Amino acid sequence: MSESVSLSGSLRVHDNTWLFRDISLSLHDEGWTCLLGPSGVGKTTVLRLLAGLETHGDFTGSIRTGSGSSMPECAYMAQQDLLFPWLNVLENVKLGARLRGEPVNADKAIEIISMVGLSNHSHKRPRELSGGMRQRVALARTLMEERDLVLLDEPFSALDARTRAEMQELAHELLQHRTVLLVTHDPGEAARLGDKIYILNEQGLEQVEAKKQAQIAPADGDETMRRQSFLLRQLRERVS
Amino acid sequence: MNRLFWIILSAVFAIFLWQALVLVTGAPSFILPTPFKVLQTLVASRELIAWHAAITITEVLVGLVIGSVLGALTALQLMIFPWLRRLVMPIMVFSQAVPVFALAPLLTLWFGYGIWSKVLMAVLIIYFPVASNFLDGLRNTHPGYLDLARTMRANPWQVLFRIRLPAALPNLGSGLKLASVYAPIGAIIGEWVGASNGLGYLMLLANGRAKIDLMFASLFVLAAFTVLLHLAVSWWANRLSERATGYSAG
Repeated sequence: MSESVSLSGSLRVHDNTWLFRDISLSLHDEGWTCLLGPSGVGKTTVLRLLAGLETHGDFTGSIRTGSGSSMPECAYMAQQDLLFPWLNVLENVKLGARLRGEPVNADKAIEIISMVGLSNHSHKRPRELSGGMRQRVALARTLMEERDLVLLDEPFSALDARTRAEMQELAHELLQHRTVLLVTHDPGEAARLGDKIYILNEQGLEQVEAKKQAQIAPADGDETMRRQSFLLRQLRERVS
Repeated sequence: MNRLFWIILSAVFAIFLWQALVLVTGAPSFILPTPFKVLQTLVASRELIAWHAAITITEVLVGLVIGSVLGALTALQLMIFPWLRRLVMPIMVFSQAVPVFALAPLLTLWFGYGIWSKVLMAVLIIYFPVASNFLDGLRNTHPGYLDLARTMRANPWQVLFRIRLPAALPNLGSGLKLASVYAPIGAIIGEWVGASNGLGYLMLLANGRAKIDLMFASLFVLAAFTVLLHLAVSWWANRLSERATGYSAG
């Protein structure tokens, strides 16, 4: 049974201003939902609320998970790779089971590491890897969790353009048939990956596009470019 | 190699300054002996000094081990039980306002003239830096790690032992480095207040009998031991830190 989560409500930050008001977002369908917006409007906060993580603010409203628990069954990947420097690649990928005190499926970890193309590096420490490789390890660790719901908080934004394009393709391929939320400030990224695209800004949350795509859009395709310019216009026009 | 050269040069320079001071002031040997005279005494009294040094070294090492283990265990306990932290932290901070040296006569009264009053002195001095450094490390875990652990539904014990503890090893290392320098001070203070052997006792005795050369010789043995101890503990602490972070610390 696949997990889903939905949120509706408002969040007030400590100086008594609203970070966002009366927004509602629901994740239940297979595919990529992109939450696009400028910095500082609360994209990450929305994702953290959905993940059941702490936020700096007062949330009023409701968050419902398909499983009925207070935290959805989800896998989380952030902009920082959050690899443990004292563990090697393989141990980092096995982290989830270790932290739950469950037996580790080592064969699966090795298979996933080969899927992200790091078979030759599985015994290296994170500091021996490049930024792109480290983010691949983080992706492998996310896949290892085998969750239907995957929450991605700008995981590619610190990478260089080429590595970022490669990572987007890899993630799209490996996260098929899952419910993915991607928080991003990059219209190009949303244009490539989003089946549904929402823009969050000072006015609130609005869905701007929905187009189910089986494949990731090519980074330089005409359609992607058109979509990217459209999203950029939307982002800029909506600022009052 | 270059570094070693400068260390040797700096030692030679210090000895030269010392010798020059004796020559310029014309101080008699019972006020300020020459470096050579101290060396002569060191060689001549080597058995006496070695016997007393062995006592002091034992006190320091036993104190260092007990104090470090107690400090580290305290940090873990205070991490596990927040209410205990709230209860105990004010006491610990207040205890640091008490000059530990002022307690030395009490410790001698309670634990006698043997090594235990000195061991306890060393333990008292190093306990707080070890506990507070380690506790800081345990509490200041990268919040991203904890978020990740939470979405993974980590068990709290695994979070403590697989995330907080390894991430805090560099802090524990800093605490131990401080402890290695403080422990000999504790032992010597203990010996000054009441002892019948140890380098601190020997220094007081030599001072009282105007054998300043013997006092300096003992002082050098003590300083050399402290430096070696600090180097050994630093080496180990850096290994610990390197294990935790993947980077070698200075």
